[in-house]
Amino acid sequence: MVVRFDGVSKVYDAGTVRVTALKDINLVITRQRFTMIIGPSGSGKTTLLNLIGCIDTPTAGKVQICGQDIGTLKDRAITEFRAKNIGYIFQNFNLIPVLSAYENVEYALLQNDLSARERRERVREILAAVGLDAQRDQRPNQLSGGQRQRVAIARALIKRPAIVLADEPTANLDSATGAAIVELMHDMQRDSETTFIFSTHDPHLMTHAEETFTIRDGVLANHQQGAVKMRLETLQ
Amino acid sequence: MTTLEIAFRNIFRNRRRSLMTLMTICIGAVATLIFAGFMNYMLLGYQTVTVERTGHLAISQNGYFDFGAGNPTAYSIRKYKDIVRLVENDPVLRPMTAVVTPTLSLVGIAGNYSADASKTFFGQGVVPADGDHMRQWNEYGLGVDGRFNKQRYLLANDDIDGGVVGTGLARILRLCEPLHIDGCPSPPKEKKNRPAMDIASVAPEDFTSLVAEIAPPPQDNSAEELHIDLLAATSGGTPNVVSLTVKGADYMGIKEVDDNFILMNLERAQQLLYGRNEHEVTSIVVQLHKTEDLPQAHAQLVSLFKTHGLDLEVHDFTDLVSQYKQVEGMYQFIFLFISMIMVIIVLFTVVNTMSMSVMERTAEIGTLRALGVQRGGIRRQFVAEGWVLGVIGATAGVALASGITIAINHASFTFTPPGVVRPIPFSLYLFGDSGIILKTWLSLTVVAAIAAFVPAHRAAKMPVVDALRHV
Repeated sequence: MVVRFDGVSKVYDAGTVRVTALKDINLVITRQRFTMIIGPSGSGKTTLLNLIGCIDTPTAGKVQICGQDIGTLKDRAITEFRAKNIGYIFQNFNLIPVLSAYENVEYALLQNDLSARERRERVREILAAVGLDAQRDQRPNQLSGGQRQRVAIARALIKRPAIVLADEPTANLDSATGAAIVELMHDMQRDSETTFIFSTHDPHLMTHAEETFTIRDGVLANHQQGAVKMRLETLQ
Repeated sequence: MTTLEIAFRNIFRNRRRSLMTLMTICIGAVATLIFAGFMNYMLLGYQTVTVERTGHLAISQNGYFDFGAGNPTAYSIRKYKDIVRLVENDPVLRPMTAVVTPTLSLVGIAGNYSADASKTFFGQGVVPADGDHMRQWNEYGLGVDGRFNKQRYLLANDDIDGGVVGTGLARILRLCEPLHIDGCPSPPKEKKNRPAMDIASVAPEDFTSLVAEIAPPPQDNSAEELHIDLLAATSGGTPNVVSLTVKGADYMGIKEVDDNFILMNLERAQQLLYGRNEHEVTSIVVQLHKTEDLPQAHAQLVSLFKTHGLDLEVHDFTDLVSQYKQVEGMYQFIFLFISMIMVIIVLFTVVNTMSMSVMERTAEIGTLRALGVQRGGIRRQFVAEGWVLGVIGATAGVALASGITIAINHASFTFTPPGVVRPIPFSLYLFGDSGIILKTWLSLTVVAAIAAFVPAHRAAKMPVVDALRHV
């Protein structure tokens, strides 16, 4: 078990308006799985992902990541925890534009106590694994969308985290590139002990799910092992 | 890959904005340094002109500085040659001193009787060779050919009866024509009906008889040598008259001085003030090789006189020239004012630039925080960017200011500052003062880093979720 939610709620207070993004969520995500969180837009998928990624805190309930109760940690400790245990893959790639592909990947390791030599070896290894050895010195604006997402995947996995969170990772890619990226992530997940947790609308990505949580109106509507066959329009 | 490397790359993301910021910092550095160079030149030039004339230290009888002007003979130094020797032979002072020379200040009446003109004067008796030596003092290498003051010294040691008058006094005594002084106005025509004054009818009997007895016969101003007569009260209180051969006239810089001043050989001044009595002086001037030795030399002189039981006081040139400290303070205040304006401009420019940068990079800040970068890391990154801006801008400013300084110093500009007789070379004294370059560079880089701190802190405090959501 890498993620455990006990009665977790999240309410956004925007002045006079209170928006309940998540309501009394109880869930457990087991280790080394390809996990999907699906649901229509505005259902609370991203909020759930943010809570798992320790970049947001619940209004009520308890969030445990890798056995650690996140609510008991201060900002510095949470950040340190995130640096060691969580990898992120963003819909817009979110690469640092002034850094090369190599440096973007290496940057994630700077927060961990590794020697320069070890960092160098790991970065070369993972760039080769995502097929970007030749593009290592190129800046993000010199890479295609698929290559950028590969850099993002390498950056997320370089620190060998317990969890990789991917928020709509194929949304900005064409279907062929998206499919290739999904294959790549699945391959890499199989070779590691990392749990991949996706929020997605992508039916192709959903077919790879080993475990699926469906969120609707902030409530956990469904949980099942394997992929969910769902008509696309129900997710929109 | 270090924070500084990333900072360096980040500041060129928006080239135009960074360039404007760098230009502002650069201009701030240039303005500060050029003014510092100008201020240094003016102050060191003023110091040079002052020390050339008055030396660094003046030794006088205790009380002379405050009361001596009213009665110089009452506060004069007896056996002054022994004191000069004592100072010259002191093992601590010897390596520091360039000139040790006696001077005598006096007041009296100067008359050109052939032109029926007279005027009160104040004079100074000097050892001409020492005066000429003092005039060569140029510790800071100002001016050209290693000499700041190119004015010719008109007196020589063997000109016992020689003297130099201010051009104003020369005008009043009707000496302009024989001395060939340019731009000297002719006196208006005197009223014809005015009766000639019969001095015998108004002067006390003893004074009239004295003039008749000791005053030299009227001189012919068309002759090669030009003479005036000086009248003063001797130390015994009796009037005394000596004749002075006017070697030339010099503009003294300030009208009040120019209209009254006579420089003469020490021996002639002593003859006037002491007659056949023991000759004394009012001051012993000490000129040092280096101004930085002033406090040590001052302390050593005080200690020396105390040891030998001499009732003498020592004043440095900043006491003797009352406006020296005021001028120095005024320049320093203006420099501080200009520096503060530059600092404020740089501060607000960098705050603005870094605030824009934080706003544009909000999503990036969220990403970095999500990757596990601590708040301190974000803060450090933006402060480093501000500091790098400061470093590049200030370094460019120092380079540009150096170029401008070299150009100005090779342009042979001249100007006449207040109180100075002739035009002097205009230069900027920047390279001799590495401290001001370093301080300016450090100040601007530190200010830029401080200015970046506020936006950096705001960036660091941003909630990660909000930052990631920012478009």
